[in-house]
Amino acid sequence: MNPKLARYFAEIKKRGLSPQREALIRAELALGGGHGLREVVGREEFATSALGLYADGDLSRIQAMTSPQGSYTTNVRSLDELLERDRQREKDGFPRKIRVGRLIKPGKGDSGKVVVVPTTVEEKFLHDSAFKQEQEGGGASGGTGEGEEGEVIGEQPVRGPGEAGSGSAGQGEGGGHEVESNAYDLGRILTEKFELPNLKEKGKKRSLSRYTYELTDKNRGFGQVLDKKATLRKILETNISLGNLPDLGEIDTTRFLISPDDKVYRILSREKDYESQAMVFFVRDYSGSMEGKATELVVSQHVMIYSWLLYQYEKNVESRFIVHDTDATEVPDFYTYYNSRVAGGTRVAAAYRLVNEIVDKENLVQDYNIYIFHGTDGDDWDTGGKEVLPELKAMLRYANRVGVTIAEHISGPSHSTEVERYLKSSGLIEQASNLLRLDVMGEDADEKRVIEGIKSLIS
Amino acid sequence: MELIDQHTKNIMEGCKERARQAGLRFQDETLEYIVTNRDLLELSPKLMIPTLYDYWVHDVEVLKEKGRYELYPHNPYETVINTRPAISFYNDNNPDWLNVMIFYHVLAHIDFFQNNLYFRHTWDFDLTGQALSDKRLIAKLRSEKGRWVDYVIEFARAIDNLVDYHGELSAVHRPGVGVRSRRLDYYFDLFLQQVKKVKISEYVTEIERYNQCTREYREQAEQCFFAEVNARYPEFEAMFEKHRGGKPDGRKDLMQFLLEHSEFLNKDENKWMLSVIQVIRKTSLYFQPQIRTKFMNEGWASYWHEKLFLQDERIGGHEVDFARVHAGVTSLPRVGLNPYAIGMRLFQHLEEMADKGRLSNDYQRLLDADKRKTFDSKAMKGQQKIFEIRENLSDFTFINTYVDQDFVDRFRLFVVDRRLNEARMVWQYYVKSRKAGDYREMLLGSLYHPPVIRVDTGRTRDGTLCLVHRFEGKPLVREFIANTMMGIEFLWGGPVQLETSEVAGTATRPPSARERGEKEPEIAWRRVLYEMKDRKLTKLAIG
Repeated sequence: MNPKLARYFAEIKKRGLSPQREALIRAELALGGGHGLREVVGREEFATSALGLYADGDLSRIQAMTSPQGSYTTNVRSLDELLERDRQREKDGFPRKIRVGRLIKPGKGDSGKVVVVPTTVEEKFLHDSAFKQEQEGGGASGGTGEGEEGEVIGEQPVRGPGEAGSGSAGQGEGGGHEVESNAYDLGRILTEKFELPNLKEKGKKRSLSRYTYELTDKNRGFGQVLDKKATLRKILETNISLGNLPDLGEIDTTRFLISPDDKVYRILSREKDYESQAMVFFVRDYSGSMEGKATELVVSQHVMIYSWLLYQYEKNVESRFIVHDTDATEVPDFYTYYNSRVAGGTRVAAAYRLVNEIVDKENLVQDYNIYIFHGTDGDDWDTGGKEVLPELKAMLRYANRVGVTIAEHISGPSHSTEVERYLKSSGLIEQASNLLRLDVMGEDADEKRVIEGIKSLIS
Repeated sequence: MELIDQHTKNIMEGCKERARQAGLRFQDETLEYIVTNRDLLELSPKLMIPTLYDYWVHDVEVLKEKGRYELYPHNPYETVINTRPAISFYNDNNPDWLNVMIFYHVLAHIDFFQNNLYFRHTWDFDLTGQALSDKRLIAKLRSEKGRWVDYVIEFARAIDNLVDYHGELSAVHRPGVGVRSRRLDYYFDLFLQQVKKVKISEYVTEIERYNQCTREYREQAEQCFFAEVNARYPEFEAMFEKHRGGKPDGRKDLMQFLLEHSEFLNKDENKWMLSVIQVIRKTSLYFQPQIRTKFMNEGWASYWHEKLFLQDERIGGHEVDFARVHAGVTSLPRVGLNPYAIGMRLFQHLEEMADKGRLSNDYQRLLDADKRKTFDSKAMKGQQKIFEIRENLSDFTFINTYVDQDFVDRFRLFVVDRRLNEARMVWQYYVKSRKAGDYREMLLGSLYHPPVIRVDTGRTRDGTLCLVHRFEGKPLVREFIANTMMGIEFLWGGPVQLETSEVAGTATRPPSARERGEKEPEIAWRRVLYEMKDRKLTKLAIG
């Protein structure tokens, strides 16, 4: 156990703990581990494919053709139509069928991707092979090679956060969409589909438009800078079609012809730059007890909220990501926020304090609508919220909305988590009902419930 | 989509000649298209059939919960489709030597499609043409009826995995002895056994008497035979009439049953729905054999592309490139199942066994391990044997018949399972068994197998349709039941019941139990009856 945690543990123990609480805390301490980033698994060795045997055919196996990737626009093109169809279904007396698939492929820095796709399932009578999954014997497959009966030949971590349990995004390498545009569309879908209420405008909305000039646009024929890579690619295409590449093994560049159209340039272009209007703090409990579903639920809900705010604020949203165990840290990007492993103990107050400090130091209240969304499993070592509540009160003085989501563990009794208890007994929820919202759900809640949760946090 | 160029087509024709010499049989014409990512986007939801009908679900990328259901009875991306002429698809930058390998692979697939008897019902027409006319029909109906066409498609697709494929196939294979007499069937199958409950000796006597009549009277056999029956049982004719005009035939699959007996569908204003359902049913039947022969089909194709490629003199010098690609396709993974690898090795193994005469009683009865190792009768029946197998078996029979201990030992195969190590939060994969029986069970368990759900004509009355799921050790996916039944209710035009089995209760064990090495608790099953009425689902335990 690290000494700092031990000190804190001793401190709260002095204040007095019930035996159950102590057991909880000790269990969390025993987990150990650190907050490193999870490995983002590509093709795992043990990947059990969804369709089993029938997953791949010759095109993928022999010709190494990747599965088709639809550009995002093709999916969205028909989206309005599809949603319209869905509304019509309801009128015709059939339940709605289209769901919003939120798929996150976090990348480092700005290369994170949120891909939003409408999904639907064709229901049929099918055998459920997964009914034994949770037990042993649910993963039987074939194998070959060395090994006695009973010998362990490999290990695979149990699903942590980040493998958000949804399939791949129908988009692999090369399909780079920015988080922004996709999240914007997700917001639009959420708004239209779930009829989320619009936020009241608070603060001062200043729609200043600045322009910056960038060399990001490509242009054939003329421009400021020659884009060598793109040009070479064009030259190759031209010569392949001219038949100047008889043998890929030995490329003879001396035979190449260069057409004037092959030259690709970067050209100076004017890009709009928005002033931000809203600042969202996403706060996530990444203590040891958050292992598994609770984390999955929290991050997926945060992605949705984030997208939805983007929509409301016409992309004028900035977001900050804060993770906490007994200490809080700000992380630079969604990727880290999303992929940090859980470990350590829990002290909510640390996170709230950090938010208050950031807001104070950077004087954000002047220019921003401030939203704070906190996701936790409801566990807090700070019994009774003695440290948290003052921080929370300070927060409510400037925030437009503070939304706390508690993803309860299924094993425990419901509505008895520490965070819920002290929030309710503090009376803050009643006093500041338009500023503070609490939503409690089981960690196994489905997408629909998560969206209901967003409604109650943002309405 | 564009066709491959003349140069490549020329290679293909060369491959055809060599494949024919090796014994493969297929139609002369084939079509080869280059596909791009964009084409695939359009083709893959349509099962690679370019002319399949349009349906909005195709527009929606289905990605969620892939692991929970099988989308279609086939593989998502296939190189070759079973049409006339067969159409195959190629990546546009394959080098020539790779194309040669793929062409052999494709030709073996075509040979399989056109000779394996499970495909018998697909031999007499070209699907692309058929699909095109269906597509036009559905488009025309859409322009008249609007969104209701899509509802009918959706509800029909919800039950298209319940088509009676084997029934359909047996109808094709039925020997042409003319129409069997229903009167005769009724007399022997029902009347004597269930109504009169006669002794076996008496039953055999009756059969003998009938055979006697056929020998003596040939054409008039039946008349003579029944003359006596009517004398003995005066009530027989009346009962037969009642039986014939009585209950609908419950042996038909659910789709057929709805087509024939749904009052809602047979109303004048709804007649158009029948043709939509027919289209869905036909399409589903067409793809059934493909998914039931995955191991064989891929194994067969891999077997031949290896064999023929190495004999092809045109691409000497590319053996190493070939080896690399071939290994990627047909290597046995440390953990996992590769139908290409298992199928190919099983064909090769069987060929050797047949060459040495080991598929015989003499060999099977040998217990002496040394003698088994050296047994060789020089029968050289290998080629003949694998061609027989290719003609007559499907995945189930192939695996069930031929995966034996010899095969499992030879390729060092085993069953893998995983257990949870709670202390470290990892799944541990371990070697569970090297017994052929267990390996076979595991393979068979991974094969496609739709549930058997039949109409219970006895309990279908007062406008309520009663379906019974024959329980085979797995429950149905619970969250799909409501919508599927809602669709059936719509097509039937009245309430629908479904009898099925569910897990009565899951006893979750504390982790400590596992550490103490206690056995998994037995799962308790119970029968339940779902009822869908006015789009509301209710559930009732019935024992």
